Amino acid sequence: MSIESLLTKFNEIACNPAKQLSDYKASGKKAIGIMPYYVPEELVYAGGMVPFGMWGSNNKIITKAKEYCATFYCAIAQLDLEMLLDGTMDKLDGVITPTICDTLRPMSQNIRVAMSEKMPVIFLAHPQNRFADYGMKFTASQYANIRKELEKIRGSEITDDEIRNAIKVYNVSRRERRRFVKLAAAHPDVITARKRSDVLKASWFMLKNEYNEMLVELNNELEKLPVCNWKGARVVTSGIICDNPTLLKIFEDNNIAIAADDVAHESRSFRVDCPETAGDPMMALAMQFAAQDYDVLLFDPQSNKNRRGEFVAQLCKESKADGLVLFMQQFCDPEEMEYPSLKKALDDAGVKYIKLGIDQQMRDFGQAATAIEAFAESL
Amino acid sequence: MGAIYTLGIDVGSTASKCVMLKDGKEIVAKSLVDFGAGTSGPKRAIDEVIEKSGLSKDELDYVLATGYGRNSIDFIDKQMSELSCHAKGASFIFPDVQTVIDIGGQDVKVLRIENGAMTNFQMNDKCAAGTGRFLDVMAKVLEVKVSDLAYLSSLSTQRIAISSTCTVFAESEVISQLAKGTDKCDIINGIHYSVANRVVGLANRVGVRDKVVMTGGVAQNGGVVKALEEQLGRTIYTSPITQYVGALGAALFGYEKCSK
Repeated sequence: MSIESLLTKFNEIACNPAKQLSDYKASGKKAIGIMPYYVPEELVYAGGMVPFGMWGSNNKIITKAKEYCATFYCAIAQLDLEMLLDGTMDKLDGVITPTICDTLRPMSQNIRVAMSEKMPVIFLAHPQNRFADYGMKFTASQYANIRKELEKIRGSEITDDEIRNAIKVYNVSRRERRRFVKLAAAHPDVITARKRSDVLKASWFMLKNEYNEMLVELNNELEKLPVCNWKGARVVTSGIICDNPTLLKIFEDNNIAIAADDVAHESRSFRVDCPETAGDPMMALAMQFAAQDYDVLLFDPQSNKNRRGEFVAQLCKESKADGLVLFMQQFCDPEEMEYPSLKKALDDAGVKYIKLGIDQQMRDFGQAATAIEAFAESL
Repeated sequence: MGAIYTLGIDVGSTASKCVMLKDGKEIVAKSLVDFGAGTSGPKRAIDEVIEKSGLSKDELDYVLATGYGRNSIDFIDKQMSELSCHAKGASFIFPDVQTVIDIGGQDVKVLRIENGAMTNFQMNDKCAAGTGRFLDVMAKVLEVKVSDLAYLSSLSTQRIAISSTCTVFAESEVISQLAKGTDKCDIINGIHYSVANRVVGLANRVGVRDKVVMTGGVAQNGGVVKALEEQLGRTIYTSPITQYVGALGAALFGYEKCSK
């Protein structure tokens, strides 16, 4: 397929998750909702089921979820509940609810209360101390519980070999997405901000072997392109999620390329591979979680050193970005609390940046457009 | 070679402003219509400035639009953000400016200027507190004209504390004060202090450096300027053409484009 055809296909998938879900279900597959963050999707894939990403929605308004949530819940979590309550996710065979932030913890219980008669709700508690032996054992025990619940949904055991195979497929997927991010930065004339988002977003709605096949083909085609002499600005994006096409179009309108990202929905989710081992694959998955780093959601025993802030500043330098655009998700406590540290690291490194307050229920981006345009003019 | 005429159009949320510039230094004509984006205001302001200048559209060498409604003007050569244009316009009037505070109809911007160019900025969040809209709402509740706020504030004998967090909360507080029989002038004094309080928080994120210049419609309100000076501990400079600074900056950028 041509680059254009592949990008069109990624766009269709990214824009129509409901159709993806229906098609998978029609083909006889079971599907499991994957809420943010760090769910070991490999277990779902190993069970022959479709891990289906749930990162809120840019097209819905929170109404039913208000019955369960205080105003200051983040919109992503509220919209996930909304889609479960309004029937959008009725085709799911279960949902995994991680509890890594203060919003997701109570939300997991809201979902359990609201949905447990409709579908299995699988609780996941990651440990704060993920590096130590006891931390990894705890992670592995949590994952073992998820495996057991998934086996009930599947109706049969998930074998270690199936998990080892899933880890291989997922490592390929992570590696190819990292390769794509670099290729997108090298060819912003072809991979615009919206197209980049489509490609990465589609990964949440596809079986990874199918996704990998398309992405490898796209990456190989991109590699053949001549070097792009980009005249516009180059930025790093940071935040939880940045997938709103209207918002991303502002980047395109102002000739801004995305050089790299520090976005939870994007690169933070595929930075770290899982060890491929002949030993216990559950412990391998726990080791992968232990190796995750530089994320506001993860405990950092050396947080006084501002390692994460310096990591993001370094990312800007390495990717030769002119600046950073921080998408601050409204009511996201971890991101808000981290901002002063991130700001200090960026200031110390001489990286220019802007912070844009966003919410998935925003429909007007006039102020964001002005800020992005002014930022581009100042670079 | 003849003179170069450039037109800057600043379509704000509540007003449309135009500045016609000759050779990048002389203001030939200007216009202001109190209707902004999405209204007949921009067209009326353009028609007025062209009529005043005695020129025709064809004689304009460059037209540059800025402001919230900058994308709605169809005969322009280029559009730019109002932040860059305010920085440009303020630097033209005050060459040694380092900080610009622009309080417009629906947002607040604080700009850091170095050598005449904007190097950093902060904008308010999605909230009307601290903006011109906040003053409009308060004036309506108090049954006074926005243009009278500065004078009434100067008659105040004591300042009433008003919330700077939220326009809706502040409106409730004002109604409550009125119900208690509090003097309107004292309430207005508190409102100005509340606006200043909000803006100072934003300004400190950028880092305030002298000379501080205030632009935008709210700069005409001496009560807000005084409250800001008090809280910043610095003199704030304003211009008689404060509302036209964005349009002036646009016309200046237009001249630079022509000169290249």
